[in-house]
Amino acid sequence: MTSFTHLIWQLDATTKTNEKVAALRQYFENSEPRDAVWAIYLLMGRRLKRLLGVRLLAQWATSEVNMSDWLFEECYERVGDLAETISLILPPSVKSPMYSLADLIEDVLLPMQTMDEAQKRESVISLWKTVDQRQCFVLGKLMTGGFRIGVSKKLVTRAISEYSAIDAPTIAHRLMGDWQPTESFYQSLIREDDGEAAISRPFPFFLANPLKGKAPDLGDINDWVIEWKWDGVRAQVIRRQEQTFVWSRGEDLVTEQFPEILEAMQTAPDGTVLDGEILGWDKDANRPLPFHQLQRRIGRKKVGKKLLTEVPVVLLPFDLLELAGQDIRQEPLTSRQQQLSEWLESDPHPAVQPPPKVGVTNWDEAVEARERSKELRAEGLMLKRAASPYQVGRPVGDWWKWKVDPYTVDAVLIYAQRGHGRRASLYTDYTFAVWNQGELVPFAKAYTGLTDVEIRKVDAFVRRNTNERFGPVRSVKPQLVFELAFENIQSSPRHKSGVAVRFPRIIRWRHDKDIDAADQLSTLLDLIEE
Amino acid sequence: MSFSDLIKSTPRGLYCEAGDFYVDPWLPVKRAVITHGHSDHARWGCKQYLAADTNRHILPARLGNLAAIEFAPIRKPQRIGSVNIQFVPAGHILGSAQVVIEHRGEIVVVSGDYKRQADPTCLPFEPVRCHTFVTESTFGLPIYHWPESKKVFADVNAWWRQNQRQGKASVLLAYALGKAQRLLAGIDATIGPIYTHGSVEKLNQAYRSSAVNLPETTYASNLAKGTDFGSSLVIAPPSTLGTPWIRRFGKISTGMASGWMTIRGTRRRRGMDRGFVLSDHVDWPWLLRTIKETEAENIWVTHGYSDVVVRHLRDQGLNAKALVTEFTGELLEGEATANEEGSQ
Repeated sequence: MTSFTHLIWQLDATTKTNEKVAALRQYFENSEPRDAVWAIYLLMGRRLKRLLGVRLLAQWATSEVNMSDWLFEECYERVGDLAETISLILPPSVKSPMYSLADLIEDVLLPMQTMDEAQKRESVISLWKTVDQRQCFVLGKLMTGGFRIGVSKKLVTRAISEYSAIDAPTIAHRLMGDWQPTESFYQSLIREDDGEAAISRPFPFFLANPLKGKAPDLGDINDWVIEWKWDGVRAQVIRRQEQTFVWSRGEDLVTEQFPEILEAMQTAPDGTVLDGEILGWDKDANRPLPFHQLQRRIGRKKVGKKLLTEVPVVLLPFDLLELAGQDIRQEPLTSRQQQLSEWLESDPHPAVQPPPKVGVTNWDEAVEARERSKELRAEGLMLKRAASPYQVGRPVGDWWKWKVDPYTVDAVLIYAQRGHGRRASLYTDYTFAVWNQGELVPFAKAYTGLTDVEIRKVDAFVRRNTNERFGPVRSVKPQLVFELAFENIQSSPRHKSGVAVRFPRIIRWRHDKDIDAADQLSTLLDLIEE
Repeated sequence: MSFSDLIKSTPRGLYCEAGDFYVDPWLPVKRAVITHGHSDHARWGCKQYLAADTNRHILPARLGNLAAIEFAPIRKPQRIGSVNIQFVPAGHILGSAQVVIEHRGEIVVVSGDYKRQADPTCLPFEPVRCHTFVTESTFGLPIYHWPESKKVFADVNAWWRQNQRQGKASVLLAYALGKAQRLLAGIDATIGPIYTHGSVEKLNQAYRSSAVNLPETTYASNLAKGTDFGSSLVIAPPSTLGTPWIRRFGKISTGMASGWMTIRGTRRRRGMDRGFVLSDHVDWPWLLRTIKETEAENIWVTHGYSDVVVRHLRDQGLNAKALVTEFTGELLEGEATANEEGSQ
């Protein structure tokens, strides 16, 4: 607990990658394997499930120090993080913690899963008596899930790689899928030969970077494979030992949510791994359904008959990573895709289809095709180097995403709320409105897109121009106009404006416009495709 | 129970009619009584200033040598109009003093900014029994409770040594008046050479002239090119971060000493390598304790989290109100931290 807290603080104290990696290495060198493996588990973003609600924790803390709820809320609003707020109001302990990280988790925290509330409370309060402020913060994060402390999976992978002298892609692969934070897993992670791997283990995804320059600058188009960029769920589908596993990009096992794909994969040969996109499919128009339809299928334990009929899904595989049990990721893209299409042709199934081709032979045609992508409900094009191996993570150079320009609209800032984490205490979360018959109606929330300097200016504006406060939200004088971009728009009876937009973000502050020049709701409604 | 009318809140600041003077006015007035030298308390442009004589070397450095400043000895009553006033140490920075106003047996204390932690660079705060106590609330939330300064200085020393081993200069950002000198007096000056920014050095001189013991410091801008800063500590105001002035030090680690550093997010937003929790303002436990010690019937709360403190005091059955400044309505924390933080 002490050394893990120290590690978290070191990682938090620097923005420099090398120093973070060094801190991690040092931690691995000095830790027991059973502690180190839990540290990896947590830093890779996995969490201890079903322990406690963070609000419950807050309630216990305020009653420990006899603080009124409103005062706690004021503190929380300032700090922006519940676990941190709790750590700052509790008196620091004079005793030192008794547990190592693994002991704490295995002997104290995990057993809480089966305790009643009173027992949990008793355990937590006695734990609090053994921790200082930083440990209390880390403990809070452990109990309520979620370490966001500026260390990426890639960075942890790199540190393990440096420590174990095993190359980073191999470590990344070993850290995929289902694994338990045990000493034996840790040993297999850092050994030269990791022995028998779990059959469900996916490969690390290869991710594309947004294309910054012009596509023709990439050179001869014949060196590139051009595909549609689909707007669905990126997935890796594994068939091994007569079992099928569907992994999402976020490494969630989503097999049960897509019975169509499960069924289609029944006949796939053992040792087949596909990378592709899962989409809701409009059979009549032979194109994807809008993303919000697919959304109805995501996150459900059981998919009902009605939904299966209304939103059938297909997998459009665009890459083959394993064939006949052989990892073929190092073969060139064209060779992998050749083997993929041979298999798709030999064993056709309506739920696993070859992706519709873009079919362009020069860059002018590619530019045109990109413009048309919304017709196909695609987000633009993917440009992949024909000779590229299937790499790990987001290396620059071989895979580019070339998305169509987003929709944009000029909107007025009407509500603001304080941010979280790094931006706690500043008003950074905004609600924007457009005009409807002379009234401003809210239609989107956006958080990102402004520089730190601009954020401070908006923050100062909000503080000086607050009309009303509703808890943490302030309504502000309508005066500032921002250009917002979003990916998609659909009608939504649940929203006051009648529309819902996807991925809204701030493009720029329109100092040149006053609020009368902001857009009309009718303009937004016109963008909705029927 | 009613609030005193010996002083009142006006658009220019706190005004005492019976003595016809303002305490720390925001706009130019005829007669200003000043609690301390920070720029949001000692503003330029008043006809006449009155301050504690511990400010003798500080106020001219802030207001200019031409300002008409009268200095009064600490704790010595002065007659102004029909009131008596005296200065009592506030422990905030060198020269900081509470203004005690007495009129026909009624006592109002305007404390200015203050702290209760020990600080070798200034006289310690003394609680004064009064009817009305005007208190700051810069850090008026229960999350703010200062660690022992001895421990903070040990952390600074350890950070400096660690940077030294890595050949990096330790750039410690701190407000030029008060915090910088408190740091200088607290750190272990035997670790290595100490360099300062001009604004810090100017006030170091003022402190030394006031017989405050500070270790030797060197004004960094006078140094020859090619000076090796690898083992040094550099003390500079936060505004220097990211400017060419900082670049001369080569490889650096940045630290900031401020009460705001209590919160992770604030430190990260400032892009600091290290945050040291060291404040010249009163923290939450001592704010409450100080109010109790003054035995005041009326508490006026200003500068910071006044609404929160007022509500809490009222919950405890005290007669409290927020002094709303006509200026901003509330502490502009984003701006405060963007400029010279914590000077309120």
